Amino acid sequence: MSAVPSPTIDSSRSDEPAEDLVIKAEACDFSFHYGSFNALKKLNMPVYDKKVTALIGPSGCGKSTFLRSFNRMHDLYPGNRYEGEIRMYPDNLNILSPKIDPIEVRMRISMVFQKPNPFPKSIFENVAYGMRVRNVTKKAILEQKVEEALRAAALWNEVKDRLHDLAFNLSGGQQQRLCIARALATDPEILLFDEPTSALDPIATASIEELVTELKQRVTILIVTHNMQQAARVSDYTAYMYIGEIVEFGETNQIFIKPQKKETEDYITGRFG
Amino acid sequence: MSARLSAVAPDHEAKLRALRALIATHKRWDIIFAGIGVICLAFGMLAFVALFFQMAIDGTPRISWDFFTSFPSRRAENAGILSAWIGSTLVMFVTALAAVPLGVGAGVYLEEYAPRNWMTDIIEINVTNLAGVPSIVYGLLALGLFVYQFGLGQSVLTAGLTLALLILPVVIVATREAIRAIPIAIREGAYALGATKWQTTSDHIVPYSMAGILTGVIIGLARAIGETAPIITIGALTFIAFLPPSPIGTEFPFVNFDWLMSPFTVMPIQMFNWTSRPEEAFQINAAAAGLVLVVMTLAMNGLAIYIRYRLRKNIKW
Repeated sequence: MSAVPSPTIDSSRSDEPAEDLVIKAEACDFSFHYGSFNALKKLNMPVYDKKVTALIGPSGCGKSTFLRSFNRMHDLYPGNRYEGEIRMYPDNLNILSPKIDPIEVRMRISMVFQKPNPFPKSIFENVAYGMRVRNVTKKAILEQKVEEALRAAALWNEVKDRLHDLAFNLSGGQQQRLCIARALATDPEILLFDEPTSALDPIATASIEELVTELKQRVTILIVTHNMQQAARVSDYTAYMYIGEIVEFGETNQIFIKPQKKETEDYITGRFG
Repeated sequence: MSARLSAVAPDHEAKLRALRALIATHKRWDIIFAGIGVICLAFGMLAFVALFFQMAIDGTPRISWDFFTSFPSRRAENAGILSAWIGSTLVMFVTALAAVPLGVGAGVYLEEYAPRNWMTDIIEINVTNLAGVPSIVYGLLALGLFVYQFGLGQSVLTAGLTLALLILPVVIVATREAIRAIPIAIREGAYALGATKWQTTSDHIVPYSMAGILTGVIIGLARAIGETAPIITIGALTFIAFLPPSPIGTEFPFVNFDWLMSPFTVMPIQMFNWTSRPEEAFQINAAAAGLVLVVMTLAMNGLAIYIRYRLRKNIKW
């Protein structure tokens, strides 16, 4: 994605065979406040390039709040305050800095929401909107990008004959894949998923999960899920969060098989949460 | 697997009877309230239906082609509503042209751009309150401001702007409500793709709230078309036997704006003028004009319903 190599992490603390891990982004003592409420407390966590990182934890633990900080969604509402940093590489940029325009951050870090939220426009226009925002008007480029994104979201074959139909006519699962295509069309560096399957039936959920595992070839993924099996199935790394703190972060296998902390184990085995 | 039916306890019958009696008592209130509700509704509806039918019975025989194409006259059987309906149409045109951009602009600003602070709160409360200000107060304001201060005279333009002020709160409130009906998820979806506030507003917020905005505009216009007090206050004529200059000319540039400054009258004033005459025949003219005015209002409301239906067909939330 970028020519400059990202700094690599020292992987000596892991027992796994050394793999070329690249940090794409990193929370450094990141805290978040809603008014006077301290929702996230001094979080430290890497997000590895071209990997899927899952955020799990009970309702209200701050996992969505954390995720939505990555594309400065909180800037849309008054009374929110970031503290500390979320650094993005290769430019080593603190994306929370007031000097960085949130629009720039959102152009580089895309997001898929909890409930499918297509615009009341055609399938084509939904996927093309990100390009329209970037002043792409050439029809040929738009068409090519839309097709590419729809193929990447495994939706092309189902909609190629009705690109100009309303997006609302698609099923829930198709709508969510459309939203993924919309987010992919602009080649984001990181893709955020905020409980992307919580409004979907099991079959649609399976197709989204499959898609997430495929997409990590091309983009770094951060996913919030309340479903632990889902985290185990799709992610490479997992962070367990509880009341605004990261209790444990590690490789998904390790977190689910050999959690280091008692709290993590209680949550994962269902004794709590 | 075999199973036996559950056994009947000794007091089962008694319990069931008590339960049924209780439900019957509760349901009695359903019937009582439904009765009261029908009576309330009947009062309102009967009064309206009676008024409308009385007017329709009196006025219908008078309605003819001549009635629409004649100027008012001293002889009741020759009098018509030509200057009144043309005046009403032109005034409504000016009102819509002024109220739509101002109201939509203000509504969008308040919803999407205004910072959330006490100033905005005060403005919001006042906009809502303005909708309840008596229309004659707008008439007085317009007399001072448009007629004397700006020197616009007792013209179509003055009347249009006055009524635009009158319906502005309605348009602003309708705009804001339509915008608020758009789910936050849609807005966030646009922002998450890197859209600016203006891109989100112009590509999504305004188009998706158009149905609600247009409905509000038409309901506002339907109110404005029946307004009499502010129009009398700014000095509309009550007897006028000529038309404003035509907006469309035969010579280049084919449009002219002289009509804006022309004296005029409107439907409700024409009615008022006729009802204040002693002759019976003029009362019938007034009823006929009233019937036309009511039909115009109903047609506008019908149009609002149709537009809402058409524009919302593709939007489901």
